[in-house]
Amino acid sequence: MTGATRLNIALGLALAAALGVATTLGETAFSAAQYAQALSDPASGPGEVLWLVRAPRAVCALLVGAALGLAGAVMQGLLRNPLAEPGVLGVLGVSATSALAAATAIVLGLAAIPGAVESAALFGAAVGGGLLIVLAARVRAPEALILFGVALSSFAGALTALIFNLSPSPIASAEVMNWLLGSVENRSWNDVAWVAPALLIAAFLAREASPGLRMLTLGEEAARASGLSMGRMRVLALAASALAAGSAVAVAGVIGFVGLAAPHLVRAAVRGDPGRLLAPSALAGGLMLVVADLMARMLPTDQELKLGVFTALVGAPLFALIAWRAAREWRL
Amino acid sequence: MTVLLELENAHARIGGAEVLNGAFFSVRAGELVALCGPNGAGKSTALRAALGLAPLTQGVARLGGDEARRLSERQRGERAAYLPQDRSIAWNLPAVEVAALGAPFLTGQAAVERARAALDEVGVGHLADRGVAEMSGGERARVLLARALTVPAPLLAADEPIAGLDPDAQLLVLERLRARADAGRAVLVSLHDLSLAARFADRVVVLDQGRTAAEGAPTAALSPRILKTVFNLDAVWLEALDGPWLAARRLSPHG
Repeated sequence: MTGATRLNIALGLALAAALGVATTLGETAFSAAQYAQALSDPASGPGEVLWLVRAPRAVCALLVGAALGLAGAVMQGLLRNPLAEPGVLGVLGVSATSALAAATAIVLGLAAIPGAVESAALFGAAVGGGLLIVLAARVRAPEALILFGVALSSFAGALTALIFNLSPSPIASAEVMNWLLGSVENRSWNDVAWVAPALLIAAFLAREASPGLRMLTLGEEAARASGLSMGRMRVLALAASALAAGSAVAVAGVIGFVGLAAPHLVRAAVRGDPGRLLAPSALAGGLMLVVADLMARMLPTDQELKLGVFTALVGAPLFALIAWRAAREWRL
Repeated sequence: MTVLLELENAHARIGGAEVLNGAFFSVRAGELVALCGPNGAGKSTALRAALGLAPLTQGVARLGGDEARRLSERQRGERAAYLPQDRSIAWNLPAVEVAALGAPFLTGQAAVERARAALDEVGVGHLADRGVAEMSGGERARVLLARALTVPAPLLAADEPIAGLDPDAQLLVLERLRARADAGRAVLVSLHDLSLAARFADRVVVLDQGRTAAEGAPTAALSPRILKTVFNLDAVWLEALDGPWLAARRLSPHG
């Protein structure tokens, strides 16, 4: 068994345990009898709390975290840069275009229509991803792609600010703000149904791109001469990260740092291989977000902490620590 | 012998500047050809253009007999291995996995076996499982050479493979490339060290301002006139123990 396989199994087991805990624990404490009732009769009161409130929320956290972990790993491999991430630095700007489209949908009052905000977020990600794919076909330098992503992200951010600026009602603004902070509160199995297929497709695309991502370790020139189709790889990788980041934004709003930190946490275990990094990074992202959401729920605060706020608060210092340790290995 | 690589009247531009301006050369199976010329002569661009990696504005590049730009990426990869000048490796992969990248179309195990053999060949077999970020520049250069040697292609093109290496490593790299050629493969290598070029190459191509200024047996191509006009050197060839050796001094800037 390779180190990567062992890591994936360990992460999978930890994830299953975290899901179990996240489904079991919550604000309302249950007795043993109530847990037994929930298991035997899902339609009972405790059953509904467990299976219709906590379980879909935990699964949503898992899938959103996995999508972000996958998107981060793909972007870091593609850009040969350990700082690439769908959200925080705005690299690639896909999260920003996705968030802009979703914010627009909310302000236009479309939030009441089931699936409208999610569709808008995915549409925004598709537009952002499409622009990047067109650009990547013309310029190969990763630096150009990063700078374009930052520009795209800033512009989408400015338009999102403009929405607040011109928003007709403070209620709509608050709604957008609330959503932008990022959360999986009150998510249902419907939300799971949104993110799961998108994540599966993104994972498939990323897997197809993985030999090319590995080859890019040698740099653009050597990769181009390797015999692999790097143009195809670039399209697959950008589509995978846009789809994964877009589906995460669609269901949970903007959640930072997971896409940055998840690949870092597992990189050493796969000995840096950007191809083998994808699965453990997705699993680690899922695990991080399930645990983070559980902690956000359980912290005794008057207002529940938003997941995006919590990941940023914990993730930023943690990331600084990881970066400090990893700095010797970087080839920037 | 079969011509595996051919550049004919090549013209190329980078930005506004004409980088190639009538370059030509050919490389046959079983020979090592050195591409020499001062900085900015167009060596790297000529090498990349010959492999179909840089577009030509005029002229033609043929790889294995076919026009390079008409070949698929896969066909190009099967016909030529390329060792670029850039030695950065983005992630801290173990040496054996970096070397195995030379054979992306083989199964994992077969690629790893080839990679280990290539690492042994360049004297870093004992470092196979070490991360490349924990290596010296010279060790990393050898790992990257092993990657290029792992490629199952009849031609190997290396862009300044000995730049920045210590004398022992320089000789090791050129000996391995020479052995490649002697085994029937074709090798094209750009070099700044004219003595080593003369010692290891069957033929030397001299590029000057994007065009081929001379081509032929090493000391004939690197004649006193070429050394003077192209390299700005007042130089003579001496016969040393291991082959020709260039004794040179700089000419003053104005002749």
